[in-house]
Amino acid sequence: MKEEDVLVLQEPRLTAAERLYLPQILDGMGTTLRHMFDLGRRQETVCQYPEDTREGRGELRLATYRGVHRLNKDPDGRVACVACFMCSTACPAHCIHIEAGESPWPDREKYPVKFEIDELRCIYCGMCEEACPVDAIKLTPNYELVGRTRAELIFDKAKLLQVFEETKAVKPRKNPAVTDYGLTGGQPRAVAQPNVERKV
Amino acid sequence: MQDPVVFRVERILRSPWLIFGAGAVLAGALALALWLLFPLYKGLLADPFWFPILVMAIMLNLILSSTAICILAERKIAGFTQDRFGPNRVGFWGLLQPLADGLKFLLKEDIIPTQVDKPLFLLAPAMALIISLSGFAVIPWAGEVRWPWAPDTLVSTQVASLDIGVLYVLAVASLGVYGVVLAGYASNNKYAFYGGVRAAAQMISYELPLGLGLLCLLLTSGSLRLEEVVRQQAQSGMWYVFLHPLPFLLILVSSFAEANRVPFDLAEAEQELVGGFHTEYSSMKFALFFLAEYAHMITGSAVLVALFCGGWAPLPFSSWLADSTAWWALLIKLGAYLAKVAVCIGLFMLVRWTIPRFRFDQLMRIAWLSLVPVGIALVAGTATLTVLGLQRTWWACLGLNLVALLGMLWTAARSGRTVTGRQDDLPDIHVEPA
Repeated sequence: MKEEDVLVLQEPRLTAAERLYLPQILDGMGTTLRHMFDLGRRQETVCQYPEDTREGRGELRLATYRGVHRLNKDPDGRVACVACFMCSTACPAHCIHIEAGESPWPDREKYPVKFEIDELRCIYCGMCEEACPVDAIKLTPNYELVGRTRAELIFDKAKLLQVFEETKAVKPRKNPAVTDYGLTGGQPRAVAQPNVERKV
Repeated sequence: MQDPVVFRVERILRSPWLIFGAGAVLAGALALALWLLFPLYKGLLADPFWFPILVMAIMLNLILSSTAICILAERKIAGFTQDRFGPNRVGFWGLLQPLADGLKFLLKEDIIPTQVDKPLFLLAPAMALIISLSGFAVIPWAGEVRWPWAPDTLVSTQVASLDIGVLYVLAVASLGVYGVVLAGYASNNKYAFYGGVRAAAQMISYELPLGLGLLCLLLTSGSLRLEEVVRQQAQSGMWYVFLHPLPFLLILVSSFAEANRVPFDLAEAEQELVGGFHTEYSSMKFALFFLAEYAHMITGSAVLVALFCGGWAPLPFSSWLADSTAWWALLIKLGAYLAKVAVCIGLFMLVRWTIPRFRFDQLMRIAWLSLVPVGIALVAGTATLTVLGLQRTWWACLGLNLVALLGMLWTAARSGRTVTGRQDDLPDIHVEPA
């Protein structure tokens, strides 16, 4: 940056009326009065929540909204998670607790025996979603997260799978290329081994 | 699982018919009792000793309940100016919100921090409320009335008819800061203390323009009695706001400062002082401060209306009802007074949601460098007019105000600095074109 790139601006001098401050105040009160009696603008701005929702008004981008988590199921209905601990490592709020066990299925080594997310501790940053190599954990557009106790809001595996069942119509699982843990050579299974029967 | 108490209470509040029905039944019972017991108390109504006491009881309750309505109105206006709806869930259109607020304040935990000066800590909110309510004593609500069943006694709707009414108002209004200062001192908290100190400094500064504005008025009216000031305006139909717009403005600005309202609410200043003087207060004690603030605002408006806007006079430029003492005139006058006070409160609220809070140096500069000089000039001018006997002539007064306004404009244009200090130390930068 050179000397001549610097642009020196002079603050505009106030006129005499502006210095008196009163015309300015009256002007401002005119603005607030105008807004006060503008019912149309008010109805347009406000979303009266329980009756009216942001989804209903088409203002919520469901594809990118980060709400309650879910655990995806793979096409065979099994939990997609392979208990790699990537999400709980990435989690800045330390709200994911996984206990891994030996997988009963041949196409992966581990699966989560327990998978718990403390929804009250979570900051909904979506880093678990990004860390997951098998697209198992997802944040859904569901933001209506209520409970009477704190224990109620620690979601276990069953609850997270249930959330998947509830929200898969809104936000279907993408089934990325990396699924099936290296058996498909980086391609979706349907493309790589279309005729192979899956053993459960 | 059993629902918590709060949920059950909330469910009751969510059925507005029950509450409104109960209210209607109560009001009906009260009206019926008043109707049936009329022969018992009609002697009291015509008694010059008991009537002011009845007025006091009625007006005190009216004011305390209207603070609740004021809080709802404030939240509604805040919502409307910001393109929101404000509270609209409790009752129809949010009308039961004050009830819910009051319930919340009652049910909250009342915390007294261990290190506070306990007697003063407890005294402060009570003092704030008592002082702000005692200003009502001299307000002439609806002039005088002669009841049809006692045509020879004239009773006044003013609780206390003081010779020094205006001075009393001035004294009580400036005492109002004691509650704030005590709260700040007793809380043993630097933020609270700073809030109290700010309030005191602000009060001292804004007493001056208030006093100067009042002086202009008193030179014109020649009486310190509020009812006399109102009667003059009602009889001539020339409200003093038409004669003295600039002193009215001075007093309006000062009463914003006295009531600790935005743009002069530096004593609480949430952003800087986390609530200022009421940082350490919770539950009902905080609610008392809240009530005191609104009661103070209502007092300020009532005094302003009495002094400048004709008090109970229903119409400007007309002497209608000025000498009437009939009972129906009483109702019209009271309605006019309350309507004017309501408009004034609406103005207070609109200003609150329009103007941002001043910085402390701006606050001081506005008081000392602009309001006080203007006030002194106006007092000198009005005194001159009084000597010439022109103090109630409209063209002389308006001419004086016009000259003062032009003088203000001239000074503003000439001086290098602004009232708010924005361009205070702005250097002149000369840039050669490239």
